[in-house]
Amino acid sequence: MIEEQEIIPIEVSQLLGRVKQLYDEKYRIVQIGCTKCQDNLEINYAFDLQYRFVNLRITVPRSGVAIPSVSGIYWSAFLYENEIQDLFGVRFKDMVLDFKGTFYRTAIKHPFNQAEPKKEEA
Amino acid sequence: MTKRTIIPFGPQHPVLPEPIHLDLVLEDEKVIQAIPSIGFIHRGLEKLVEKKDFIEFVYVAERICGICSFIHGMTYCIAIEEIMKIEVPERAQYLRTLWSELSRIHSHLLWLGLTADAFGFESLFMHTWRLREKILDIIEETTGGRVIFGSAMVGGVRRDIDNNTLRAIARKLRDYEAEIKEVTDVFLNDNSVKHRLIGVGILSRDKAYELGAVGPTLRASGVVSDSRKLGYAAYGKIDFTPITHADGDSYARCLVRVKELFQSIDIIEQVVSKMPEGPIEVKVNGTPNGEFFARTEQPRGEVIYYAKADGSRFLQRLRVRTPTFANIPALLNIIPGCSLADVPVLVLTIDPCISCTER
Amino acid sequence: MSFFVMTKTILKSLFSKPATEAYPFKPRTYPKYSRGSIAINTADCIFCGICARKCPTQALKVSRDAKNWEIDRLRCIACGACITVCPKKCLSMKNTYSAALTIKQKETFSNA
Repeated sequence: MIEEQEIIPIEVSQLLGRVKQLYDEKYRIVQIGCTKCQDNLEINYAFDLQYRFVNLRITVPRSGVAIPSVSGIYWSAFLYENEIQDLFGVRFKDMVLDFKGTFYRTAIKHPFNQAEPKKEEA
Repeated sequence: MTKRTIIPFGPQHPVLPEPIHLDLVLEDEKVIQAIPSIGFIHRGLEKLVEKKDFIEFVYVAERICGICSFIHGMTYCIAIEEIMKIEVPERAQYLRTLWSELSRIHSHLLWLGLTADAFGFESLFMHTWRLREKILDIIEETTGGRVIFGSAMVGGVRRDIDNNTLRAIARKLRDYEAEIKEVTDVFLNDNSVKHRLIGVGILSRDKAYELGAVGPTLRASGVVSDSRKLGYAAYGKIDFTPITHADGDSYARCLVRVKELFQSIDIIEQVVSKMPEGPIEVKVNGTPNGEFFARTEQPRGEVIYYAKADGSRFLQRLRVRTPTFANIPALLNIIPGCSLADVPVLVLTIDPCISCTER
Repeated sequence: MSFFVMTKTILKSLFSKPATEAYPFKPRTYPKYSRGSIAINTADCIFCGICARKCPTQALKVSRDAKNWEIDRLRCIACGACITVCPKKCLSMKNTYSAALTIKQKETFSNA
């Protein structure tokens, strides 16, 4: 095991408060990433303080949600959020710089959040 | 009353090896704002993971980037190995360290050359790349490829290097060190180079940290942060101190990379002297189930591979966050206030690698 | 203030032979393990098709009935996946590259 990784599941309503708290504790933003699970999306907010890794996780339904943007706290988060917005179709409220779906110009809209084609089970 | 002009910079620009587009808002010659736009070469490689067997995806992971390909492959393997709790043999760990450092040397030399080219010092560019070619020769001799190493695999490495060759590599690098020093001295001491770099694009310590910059960009602002200190591969057993510089300007970023060249040569010597005997791979049985954020240090900074697996042969999700992606906010922050002619140099000082940014 | 830092390097390269090779007249020598191109020994091949299934770029096509092994050199990335999975070990990596082509075509090896 290289390092201990703390994954903290939180509610969407807690998000801004927790992120602000980490910001005040001088955590560095590592990444924001989205994962498609069966019925919902997991959004991971990863932070690091002197090689200590902390990850906040919110779980949201796969479509029709708008979640608050953390780019007001960590300015650089707008890149990650625009990426998720374009690839997964999650709406972010109050982004400092909203590309409105033109950050990645993909042929299919929201390519990473498409309905699963039936898997052939062997 | 000064007039505002918007100048599009890129995606095709003589100084850019890869397409990134910046809209530069100018007042006279001074840039006051930069708005980025990427997505010209989005390939969706992360999506491909749902179609490829997790063992075979290493081939794709290695091809995400053409410069730090080995570290991409290795980081993917580390993510899978951590999920499956595979103990990689010692010798493989040391070989991974060796190849990582060789990629770092070749990448930094490449960067130095491109920077020389960006401020118009063509002959310096040629000389740096002449030295880089020698490193590529070592890489080709040991792995079979010049930039795509193809030697990372889940559970170890694909190829061994015999001990005589290892000692020969260490000896060769000692010889090259003098040559590299001769060329990098020009970067650090020459008046015309200093004129273009000192005081240009200052990124303060707090700002760099807050923006989540990584790698040499962050270290040049005086923050000690090097993912190698996490101790993946054999870095836990190697003695080195992350190189930092307090100034945070373009010269500092250049200096950090130059010093890292010599540090890498030193690390390779340590690797060669400590190289243990033994197997280079373990057999991988079963399928991964779980998740892990693998973090390693690329020449450009920290790379994140997040893998989530559900117990089938196909990963559920692979997310790659490359160092350039994390450094773009820093770039947007250093551009305002500089003159238009300095923009190419500033874009290069974060060492952009757009293809891996967009995957 | 320092000037002429590079003079030594410039003078040295002025009086030494070029760093590049005189390519067409002096062919390039490849290291022993260079990943150049895939070769097959058809005498040992059982045309099982595992290599074609495991190929990451779908560059291989194997036909069991016709005993044909077909490779698209332009698709092949010389990763060596086929060599690793081959049960008969009849595939190998050559350190020389395949010749340039003017039209897209596949190379066929058979054991008919």
